[in-house]
Amino acid sequence: MSHSLPPALALFVAAGLLPFCRPGSPIRAALLLVAPAVALAAVWTLPEGELLAFDYLGFHLVPLRVDALSRLFATIFTIMAFAGALFALNQARTTELVAAFVYAGSAVGVTFAGDLITVLVFWELMAIASALLIWSAQTPAAFRASLRYLMIHLLGGMVLMVGILTFATQTGSIAFNAMRPDGVATWLILIGFLINAGAPPLSAWLPDAYSEASWSGTVFLSAFTTKTAVYTLLRGFPGAEILVVIGIYMILYGIIYALLENDMRRILAYSIINQVGFMVTGIGIGTDMSLNGAAAHAFAHIIYKALLLMSAGSVLLMTGRRKCSELGGLFQSMPLTTVCGIVGALAISAFPLTSGFVTKSMINQAAGDQHLAIAWLLLTAGSAGVFLHAGIKFPWFVFFQKDSGLRPPDPPWNMRAAMVLFAALCIGIGIVPGPLYAILPYAVDYHPYSTGHVLELLQLLLFSGLAFFLLLPLMKRTPTITLDFDWIYRKILPAALARIYGVCAPADRMLRRSAKRLVSLLTTQISRHYGPAGAVARTLTAGNMTVWVVIMLAVYLIAYFISR
Amino acid sequence: MITPHLPILEVVLPLVSAPICLILRSAVVAWWMAVALTWAAFAGALMLLGEVLNAGPITYALGGWAAPWGIEYRIDLLSAFVLVTVTAIGSLAILFARAPVAREIPADRVYLFYVMYLLSFTGLLGIAVTGDAFNLFVFLEITSLSAYVLISLGSDRRALTAAFRYLIMGTIGATFYIIGVGMMYMMTGTLNMADLAARLPGVLHLRTIDMALAFITVGLSLKLAVFPLHFWLPNAYTHAPSAVSVFLAATSTKIAAYALIRIIYTVFGGPAVFAPMPIDEMLLGFGMLSMIAASLVAMFQDNMKRLLAYSSISQIGYMVVGLSLGNVEGLAASIVHIFNHAMMKALLFMAVGCVFYRVGSVRLADIAGFARRMPITGAALLVGGFSLIGTPLSIGFVTKWFLLEGALEKGWWPVAAIVILSGLLALVYVWRIVEAAYFRAPAPAVEGIREAPAIMLAPLLILAAINIFFGIDGTLTGDLSIAAAQALVGTSP
Repeated sequence: MSHSLPPALALFVAAGLLPFCRPGSPIRAALLLVAPAVALAAVWTLPEGELLAFDYLGFHLVPLRVDALSRLFATIFTIMAFAGALFALNQARTTELVAAFVYAGSAVGVTFAGDLITVLVFWELMAIASALLIWSAQTPAAFRASLRYLMIHLLGGMVLMVGILTFATQTGSIAFNAMRPDGVATWLILIGFLINAGAPPLSAWLPDAYSEASWSGTVFLSAFTTKTAVYTLLRGFPGAEILVVIGIYMILYGIIYALLENDMRRILAYSIINQVGFMVTGIGIGTDMSLNGAAAHAFAHIIYKALLLMSAGSVLLMTGRRKCSELGGLFQSMPLTTVCGIVGALAISAFPLTSGFVTKSMINQAAGDQHLAIAWLLLTAGSAGVFLHAGIKFPWFVFFQKDSGLRPPDPPWNMRAAMVLFAALCIGIGIVPGPLYAILPYAVDYHPYSTGHVLELLQLLLFSGLAFFLLLPLMKRTPTITLDFDWIYRKILPAALARIYGVCAPADRMLRRSAKRLVSLLTTQISRHYGPAGAVARTLTAGNMTVWVVIMLAVYLIAYFISR
Repeated sequence: MITPHLPILEVVLPLVSAPICLILRSAVVAWWMAVALTWAAFAGALMLLGEVLNAGPITYALGGWAAPWGIEYRIDLLSAFVLVTVTAIGSLAILFARAPVAREIPADRVYLFYVMYLLSFTGLLGIAVTGDAFNLFVFLEITSLSAYVLISLGSDRRALTAAFRYLIMGTIGATFYIIGVGMMYMMTGTLNMADLAARLPGVLHLRTIDMALAFITVGLSLKLAVFPLHFWLPNAYTHAPSAVSVFLAATSTKIAAYALIRIIYTVFGGPAVFAPMPIDEMLLGFGMLSMIAASLVAMFQDNMKRLLAYSSISQIGYMVVGLSLGNVEGLAASIVHIFNHAMMKALLFMAVGCVFYRVGSVRLADIAGFARRMPITGAALLVGGFSLIGTPLSIGFVTKWFLLEGALEKGWWPVAAIVILSGLLALVYVWRIVEAAYFRAPAPAVEGIREAPAIMLAPLLILAAINIFFGIDGTLTGDLSIAAAQALVGTSP
């Protein structure tokens, strides 16, 4: 039976053993690196099919089902766990590493789940582990952020649970296969998945929580939660049209907020929403090409986003600063971090010869093939926007710009190694996309390096790059969204969208304020009645309690009498 | 052979040993006797459960008098399941009790604690095995009267008023119950539950039965502490000695829930009585009120025992809502929650007891940061907390799953929403404990404390293991309660 052991098990076992190893001991380092490697080996030695199945509470559970799609996501999740562990080798807080491994293990568990209950169990485990991961930064801000994060995710988990339950009672099956959002049950499941993907209106948890984790924690966070959601959407809702709209909204939302942001990790967090938007759109288009594109883009995205956050994490660890306005000029003393950050930035901008190019262009291509003109235009506009905020803004403000006077050295060897590994992967996949295409769920007949593709993208990137530097003074001061850069975009249209945002923002602010007021009103009311001095919580004398008994007796008697 | 007499032995052995302990007046002997008896009762309960599973319900005629004249003990799957739950708690709580009892109760009264513990234990077992409505009242009084004494043993002077109020309320509840039973006796001429079940349908249209049912539901709701009849409970649990809180919180309301299921389903026929009378709607309403109102109160408590007491009231709401749904899933949720809630509350009160043993306080401000000094207790508290919220892989999840299934099967969305809301509120009050335990700077009283002694940790760890095991693999408890519920609803395959 050794060949049907769940790959997640290796990560869970390692998580269980970690607390017994001293920080800094070679055993701990070995455990951190070997466990993901074992899991990766397990992913590829498992045959395809349903390998584990049993009945539980009258349901047919399949905790281990292997096919091309699950293998693809499990592969990148285990690679990510390895690189993340390598990057975090000298993280002294064991809690964080335990949480990270449980988190990664649950993500792998979701990808192999053949039924919805197993999905739900790993889903919740993932929420708890990732909240713990944020806690372990051990700052007051992180505690509060993790609580908000946990609330959102447990809410999402409950929505998902109700959806699954209804689905089970309606259809009598809990198998996790493609569904259509056509009833309450499947809608609830879809909403549950989308909450984890960072979809509107509950997107704010992502930048809120990810920017409060420790320097190594954010790297793990960037990879699993949203990409597991992408996996479940790919598996459960391919071709659901609503996802195109949601995806494009996410793309634009991510760009606009990232442009406004000053905290380097918040910039990158918003760009996760933006990138997941591309994948969600791809899933919504629903052709073989677009689904492949979404899957491949998730694969590539995990690598370059982790790379970007590793370089940001290195900067944070070495300088202790996180605001763009306090950083700058670091290229002089951190050359390797700078180069790796730039590689990541190029990849996220889908620069030719990087992984982002060979994957994202598939989604654009699919939109074009399906003659979804508006979607194609918005996707292309989005690509330009990505280059603006993540491709240039992040490396420019952090590593170049003015000289902040900081001269920190590059980070320790293991962090450099992790960054180099992922930077190499970014470029490797970009130059030789064949192996990645070979493991995609559908057969691929796509050649990214056609002259048309390359030219189109280079033009786009060149002009948005030009725009960035021309508008640099504006970007640097207070970033308001009423910039006059619509002359570059005249042929596209996001300026109009920016204006709409300008109008929406006050409305949004008002809505938020009134919601806040409502909540505070509610809490005062609740605490008045339910607080220690409230009517419900007060200690009553025996006489007053008896009054209640009499009232209740009367209520019951009247109810029974009336019903006759 | 003792096997045929197992049902009566379960009750008689602890009953007889209580006066022996009283005469011997030795705390040490009393403890050992209580340990031996509770564990023997646990073994007996497991044997009974096995027999019921093999051969169906067991009946035992007390003193050889056949059923309509004599008292009949009748053990079906539900009884056996509750019996196992109660004896498991009883045998673990007694292990836990020795150290805190020795500290919290004056030395000359310690043996009294064990006497009362055994009596209360007897009453609980009696309620579970009896098939006679009047006999149930007798055992209800035995367990309640000894519970009043147990609470009043607390060193806190407020324990006396709490016990007194509990006594008044408990007595009213028991009286209401017996008034209801009396009215049923008037109309049917029998006290045997099986007989009652056979004869009641003929008189169900009479006003007297309305009255009887109203008195019984209010009486048992009082014992169950369903909102708004819950006012006696928080003080009783808060001011009782630690070991008493563990024992009572895990068993006394659970046995009342059992009695309510027994009366409504076995005697009145469950769905058959829901059709003409709005008893299910009423219970559903008050159950949901309990779930939400008590959770809201729990959110504001600063005393951990008080917080857990209010959380108990909210959890009782789950049981009441489950049984009022009237379908197999809902009833199974109630039954499995009898077990699940007993296990999680015992675990939580034990953890709090460990904290009190070392820190000397249960106020959140005084115990801040204790988990760093008492990692095992802290972890156990965390496990119990997850169970209360009902996160997957905890036993609370199994209940919630059944409950949601039952509600959705009827298409009652608002009920499902309330269940979920209550889980979210539980997250808030559990978080307050977790935050104080783990994240706040250690309070002065916490400096230099050690982990609780091994004899307190052993039952704590066993309970934590049960909480985790039956959360991950709910098949055993889930299947048992579904089978029990099917037998009661009358859709047995």
